[in-house]
Amino acid sequence: MPAIAETRDAVESLGQSTYKWGFETDIEMDLAPKGLNEDTIRLISRRKEEPEWLLGWRLKAFQAWQAMAEPTWAKVSHPPIDFQDAHYYAAPKKKAGPKSLDEVDPELLRTYEKLGIPLHEQALLAGVELPEGQEARAPIAVDAVFDSVSVVTTFRETLAKAGVIFCPISEAVRDHPELVRRYLGSVVPVSDNFYAALNSAVFTDGSFVYVPRGVRCPMELSTYFRINARNTGQFERTLIVVEDGASVSYLEGCTAPMRDENQLHAAVVELVAMDDASIKYSTVQNWYPGDENGRGGIYNFVTKRGACRGARSKISWTQVETGSAITWKYPSCILQGDGAVGEFYSVAVTNNHQQADTGTKMIHLGRNTRSTIIAKTISAGQSDSTYRGLVRMMPKASGARNFTQCDSLLIGDRCGAHTVPYIESRNMTAKVEHEATTSKISEDQLFYCRQRGLSEEDAVGLIVNGFCKDVLKELPMEFAVEAQKLLQISLEGSVG
Amino acid sequence: MNAIVPAGVSAAAFLDRYASRAGTNPVRDRAADMLRRAGLPRSGVEAWKYTSLRALGDVPFAAAPGTPDDAAVHAIVTGAEQAFALDGAMPRAVFVNGRFDPSRSSLPDGVSVGRFQALDEESDDEPAADVASALNAILAEDGLLLRVAPGVDAGRLLLLSVGAGADGTPISFHPRHRIELGQGAALSVLDLSVGQGAYLNNPVFDIAVGDGARLGHAKMQAEAAGAQHLAVVHAEIGAGGLYDSFTLTLGAALARHEVHVRLAAPGAVVHVNGAQLLDGRQHADLTSVITHAAPDCNSRQTVKNVLSGHARGVFQGKILVERVAQKTDGYQMNQALLLSETAEIDAKPELEIYADDVRCSHGATVGALDPDQLFYLRSRGIVEHEARAILVKAFLHDAVDLIGDEILRATLDRAVESWWNRKDA
Repeated sequence: MPAIAETRDAVESLGQSTYKWGFETDIEMDLAPKGLNEDTIRLISRRKEEPEWLLGWRLKAFQAWQAMAEPTWAKVSHPPIDFQDAHYYAAPKKKAGPKSLDEVDPELLRTYEKLGIPLHEQALLAGVELPEGQEARAPIAVDAVFDSVSVVTTFRETLAKAGVIFCPISEAVRDHPELVRRYLGSVVPVSDNFYAALNSAVFTDGSFVYVPRGVRCPMELSTYFRINARNTGQFERTLIVVEDGASVSYLEGCTAPMRDENQLHAAVVELVAMDDASIKYSTVQNWYPGDENGRGGIYNFVTKRGACRGARSKISWTQVETGSAITWKYPSCILQGDGAVGEFYSVAVTNNHQQADTGTKMIHLGRNTRSTIIAKTISAGQSDSTYRGLVRMMPKASGARNFTQCDSLLIGDRCGAHTVPYIESRNMTAKVEHEATTSKISEDQLFYCRQRGLSEEDAVGLIVNGFCKDVLKELPMEFAVEAQKLLQISLEGSVG
Repeated sequence: MNAIVPAGVSAAAFLDRYASRAGTNPVRDRAADMLRRAGLPRSGVEAWKYTSLRALGDVPFAAAPGTPDDAAVHAIVTGAEQAFALDGAMPRAVFVNGRFDPSRSSLPDGVSVGRFQALDEESDDEPAADVASALNAILAEDGLLLRVAPGVDAGRLLLLSVGAGADGTPISFHPRHRIELGQGAALSVLDLSVGQGAYLNNPVFDIAVGDGARLGHAKMQAEAAGAQHLAVVHAEIGAGGLYDSFTLTLGAALARHEVHVRLAAPGAVVHVNGAQLLDGRQHADLTSVITHAAPDCNSRQTVKNVLSGHARGVFQGKILVERVAQKTDGYQMNQALLLSETAEIDAKPELEIYADDVRCSHGATVGALDPDQLFYLRSRGIVEHEARAILVKAFLHDAVDLIGDEILRATLDRAVESWWNRKDA
């Protein structure tokens, strides 16, 4: 196929200039000294004015971490990480914490403006005063995390009226210690795995959401993560607790500047859903993936887990993973309550030298629990992408049900796509179904589109979007539009 | 060497036997070294995620006695002949406790038959990196070396392994067989293992299927209830060659059948099918790695597990498609039927793909008998246990039906039938 080869060469020559979020914000930073030891942890805890119990919790995690080894089972390879060669705390320098947007460093606001993150409540609320060319959007409350700290959280008053708590987790530690203490680490224990233990020891900020009984959160909540400083890692911690009959939809986005060195991102997300509660967690992960030669990029080692504690509770993960040099991430559901529902919808795109090992775990404990897994993997360039997922039916999970579908699309003959499902059933009335396919873009489909006048690039974009449709339709509308564009951009340089 | 602490369960008893045996050589030394370092795997090693050999490390398996009790062997052989209605006219190679028994064997025409000793001297091969092959490498004493000349159809051969374990002192034997088919040659092997008492059977097959050759390999593992069975097949298939294999697992307390197939030239085809029928506290593992190393090859795999009692079935199947293997067609299906509250299935069907112009798919299902189907049959006047029998047999038939050789297929069909009747009784 000379046509494809030509286009590929042409686009490849453009290099990685397509990562438009790669700029760096020049802002004065407050950095902890490089290195990781008990003193670093004490320093973080002191800077954040944390209570004694949290420091103790962090130190316990640090001890556990020191005794653990990095996991090696994932299909990713990278040079050894020097965990002492990073700053574990980086915060924009500021006076006393900003109480309103007016007090936030304008440089920061410009950063989020450039990223297209709506931090101006009024403009959004009014709807009519938007600058020309900008569409009116439904209001979204945003918690913006810049390196180690949350810079601003919008719409807090509106949410407070509904009884919803949405704030940086460091603030929740101060204002709602009983809630944080009760749930922090209850889904992902400090010694759960190497990266979760590391996060527990050094996490700096993240979002906290609490939706009280019977409340349907009046707007979508969103956190936007931005790594900016050099030689830092980002370790955010998100905790979402939804009480009986309540519901929330939460969005997460992330970007980082383009740098030659690798940066570490090790987050932990914990979700708790009680009786009849529902949590929808959507991610568009767009960390800097490194350049076309595999230089630089984020190492994204993330532990995300939701506990469906209550009967008929529901947790739904949707992720679009296009960024990061390495992705190691398995958003999971522990289906404890009878009739609980877990969902996982994923699109993972790798290009150039990216590596992704991602999937989910569905642990069925309760009766009549149900789970659905739809994973779409697209590999291009010289990348490797792996779906790794576990479905486990425990002896008490009578009448439980799982359906899994994994499809992989290979673009070019230098990439790899792998599927590694683990299926374990110890209950005869539980039903598990798994299917997976791997193929390339069909010549017939391509021909059909080309014949109708679409350029090769548009045709591939169209086919890829169709391939991912089952997942994209699960995203909130705005995210879906962004995700579609992102898919196209991520695949540029791989094929027409 | 005492300083080395193995990662898994110590294989000391086996290694001591190796140290005291005659016939050491560098190949075997390397295998011993690997076992000393790695030990016998306990679950946790990715390749042995669901099967632990801890039980083997605890047992001091002895070498099989030189002359087994003739009457006992005779009883086992006639028992197997009756149970599986074996064709007496079929040429056979009989191994008793891992040693060739010429008096009970009658080999087919058109094949060159040798013994393992010769192979041992010829072979400079590295022992394969898997534990069961390494264990075989250090303790193998005998085996069949079978060569079918180009263009010859050698018909069928029964390869019968008899384990005559004396109660009290468990023995282990480690036969190493090699089957080579020349260009365009053909052979069907019925590979049956039976026995009584406590023993470990650790057979390894090295198989080379030449260009355009066809090898049928239907295995029935019906070891004694107290036995352990640890088998490995290494097969390489030439251009346009076919290796049509099926493994029916019925016996042994702990069993693992591990297959490594390499489709080495264009047009090679492999079938790695199988069925496990387990009951009681049986644990059986079917692990396969099918490597597509050339373009235009085709692999097919259907594995069915029927599990009752406290049985645990394991299926780990990997299809690896190398970069050169364009136009690969790979298919893998695993279906498990749980017939009791306490049975367990662990499945890991895996695709590892580096070529883009391929068609690979796999599927896996786990569940109980469909109540609707049962109801349908019951409503037509069929009693419950018969209705269940019909459904289970139909479930298994899909897999057994894939065996190309009709005589072997009929034999395995009968084995399935009698297993169910025994269970049903």
